[in-house]
Amino acid sequence: MVADPALLQAAAELFPNGIGRYAVGGLLVGLGTVVIYLGTGIPAGASTFLESTLSYVSGQSRFQRYVASRDWRLVFTAGIILGGLAFAATFQSGVVTSSLYEPGTTGQLYEVAGVTLWTTDVQPWRLFLGGILVGIGTRVGKGCTSGHGVCGVGSASKTSLVGVLTFLTVAIGTAQVVAALGVSP
Amino acid sequence: MADRHPLFKPLIFVGGLIFGFGLGFSHMARPEVVLNFLQFDDLGLPFVMFGAAIVSGIAFALLPRIRDAAPLTGNPYERRLKPFDRNVLVGGAVFGVGWGLSGICPGAAYASLGVGNVTILWALAGMFLGAYAQGYWRSRSQARDTAPAGAD
Repeated sequence: MVADPALLQAAAELFPNGIGRYAVGGLLVGLGTVVIYLGTGIPAGASTFLESTLSYVSGQSRFQRYVASRDWRLVFTAGIILGGLAFAATFQSGVVTSSLYEPGTTGQLYEVAGVTLWTTDVQPWRLFLGGILVGIGTRVGKGCTSGHGVCGVGSASKTSLVGVLTFLTVAIGTAQVVAALGVSP
Repeated sequence: MADRHPLFKPLIFVGGLIFGFGLGFSHMARPEVVLNFLQFDDLGLPFVMFGAAIVSGIAFALLPRIRDAAPLTGNPYERRLKPFDRNVLVGGAVFGVGWGLSGICPGAAYASLGVGNVTILWALAGMFLGAYAQGYWRSRSQARDTAPAGAD
């Protein structure tokens, strides 16, 4: 296959880590969603877990409405955490490699019991303050990147398409402003 | 819901495992990579979100034509359709500010913990705090609107 060098250069600038890890990762996220949907009919999103878990410690009506699903949502989240760990023990540790997986250079790597783990350089105040807004916004806005972005868009839901367009646009604006203010990482 | 199929939770767990592995593999569990997308330094993120949406979209479109109900729950196969109102815009905007500031969303935060990112506990603590604040406020205003009785 002969490719235009200018085109290759542009692709390298837009996708410095290639697209393999993103496309394969996305297919797996979709597959996880489908496995659950296939067996249960539930299009599962990740952010309801926040409120359903709060129903264990708070009697507020807003949380109590999720009592029926709180146990399986704990199982779902435990699976997501352990899935991340399974990735760490394989590709992140370099035990398994693939031309579709680009390791990248972000954050800090460290070792525990032969497993290469990873931690972020993004400052804690950004994570905490951002987390608060994510907690409020995903629940008020009826969904997050998985609920609206994966299940809702997959359902061709107009509500979810508008939701995704809203949070994506605002997030791009916010990140650009924060970077322009010189906050890094 | 009382008598769930014995395979219900194991299946949810396996789905979560694949989902979390995908978030690790795609580097969405790394806030830096999400921020790099939002700052236009690496445009890979849409391949994750739309790749996943296409895969689930195929299942959401096909399964209702093949079967009436899911084997483990008896639930009908339905799409995820939520009513639109102003909250979708307000909540979406607040989520957008938080996502743009931190580079992390709920599912990716759980997976981030799994890849070893202990620092992400700051974001998870924030998410629970934020979810609690809006739930507390909305429970109160709902109670005010319906009955004069106090909650809690």
